[in-house]
Amino acid sequence: MPSLGADMEHGKVVEWLVKPGDYIHKGDLVAAVDTDKTVMDIESFQEGVVAEFLVDIGDTVDVGTPIARITATPAELPPPPLTSGTISPNARSPLTAKEPTPAHPRGEAAPAGHGAKVPPPVRHLAHTLGVDVGRISGSGTDGEVTRADVERAAAASVTKAPAAPPVVAETPAAPAAETHRVRSSPLARRLAAELGVELQAVAGTGPGGAVTEEDVLAAVPPRGRAAKEPAAERPAEAPPSDTPQPEARPEPLAEAPGRKQPTAAGGKAESLRQAIGALMSRSKKEIPHYYLSTTLDLAAAMAWMQAANQQRPVSSRLVPSALLLKATAVAAKEVPDMNGFFTKGTFQPSSSVHLGVAVALRHGGLVAPALHDADTLTLEELMVQLRDLVGRARAGRLQRSEMADPTITVTNLGDLGVESVYGVIYPPQVAMVGFGKVLEQPWAHNGMLGIRQAAIATLSADHRVSDGLRGGRFLARIDELLQAPEKL
Amino acid sequence: MNEQDARQAVEAAIGKVAPDVEPEDLEDGARLRQDLELDSLDFLRLVEVIAEGTGVDIPEADYPAVATVAGLVTYVAGHG
Repeated sequence: MPSLGADMEHGKVVEWLVKPGDYIHKGDLVAAVDTDKTVMDIESFQEGVVAEFLVDIGDTVDVGTPIARITATPAELPPPPLTSGTISPNARSPLTAKEPTPAHPRGEAAPAGHGAKVPPPVRHLAHTLGVDVGRISGSGTDGEVTRADVERAAAASVTKAPAAPPVVAETPAAPAAETHRVRSSPLARRLAAELGVELQAVAGTGPGGAVTEEDVLAAVPPRGRAAKEPAAERPAEAPPSDTPQPEARPEPLAEAPGRKQPTAAGGKAESLRQAIGALMSRSKKEIPHYYLSTTLDLAAAMAWMQAANQQRPVSSRLVPSALLLKATAVAAKEVPDMNGFFTKGTFQPSSSVHLGVAVALRHGGLVAPALHDADTLTLEELMVQLRDLVGRARAGRLQRSEMADPTITVTNLGDLGVESVYGVIYPPQVAMVGFGKVLEQPWAHNGMLGIRQAAIATLSADHRVSDGLRGGRFLARIDELLQAPEKL
Repeated sequence: MNEQDARQAVEAAIGKVAPDVEPEDLEDGARLRQDLELDSLDFLRLVEVIAEGTGVDIPEADYPAVATVAGLVTYVAGHG
């Protein structure tokens, strides 16, 4: 279970996007994982054949827990002495199991009763490749199984029948787990979790008896929805000391009056609130924030944007946020003390700017996924990616890297009416930029008073990394960049 | 386009852009930004959906006129 963000402690596998026997490349999406915040697709960190799943759909496991075993293909095996063909090099994100879990002993136990002699290094290789040595007839002295035998068997099983169970080492999976696996659509599972419906208790009417969205809805008595306890579905708790503090950061949606909170989303909103509360508490405890603000002169930027938009069809019009985000990304690239991670007592500036964008979710709460390499995007590209990102964030479909990568975050509450917002830094990031509403304001310039479009930009930054001088330069740079919008 | 059709098109478009907005929230006086909580991206998408559905293209200069449900309905009825 990879870490999908600094605040993530566990995740729930809600969907497998591959099946045992599938050949996958590094970077292929393998599973959808539900964190307290959103559902994200996670990718494989290595190439190989999916041998087995180590957790079931619906299981919640801690970050770092192996969730699937991937066997290396013979073609890419490192030469002997063989150390680790299947081990994820990314220790932070172990997708694969290095050792069998105690519940599923394999490899070592397999040849018992078969009598074939298997030298330990060969046994290790067999284990690594997911080959059952008990099924191999040895070609060595006294029928001893050799390294070549194992490699042949591995190659055969990969090429012959990738989907067949023999690819998997010995025990396919814990049989007990099978009884908990219910065929169901991803939407049905999400709905079931939100409504507090036990999927196992629902009779499926879909293909192959799969539980569909309708089946889940049918299983909930119309009046019973409110009575269901969605929290029961949530195995996660924030650390007890971390009392959620909704007031720790401005929440545009959660507390807005008049906004209905559909029951179906109540459980999710609540767990999201806890996750935000825990992370923001941690931020306020650990990060010595300092705050700056400046008023951006947006006359040039807004005039340029309005002229540009007149030439454009609706689908490619820009919004002021796009200009603000781009200027922030470029400034962050130039002032590296704002852009990077503070971990283990030191600051590592990032050479790329992955701009986190705080997105208010409709049922309350927010997520801040990344626009990758935002400083290198044209305004048009940034606009397209922003719309895609916000759409997927609200639909609950973000990718792991989008959640884990932001190097600095922007919150743009001005879009919903406030004049200024002082954000709380997302650990391990070191800065948070806030933009208020774009307003017409009286503006003194060269001894004359005029009216200009303006907005208040704020910076919350980490005093362990920078001080007000550097932070002020960063904000001033954003303003400067916005004076030449055509160059953004 | 008559007002009835325009209203239908507007309600359908809002439903598409912000599925969580309840039909009863769509009062004439409801402000798209403040009351229905559409942000600038939602609003852009709304303008886009309305253009697709009705052929009415709302230029940016006219945005202030369509800040409420009633304003949007009237605008679409008048330009469609």
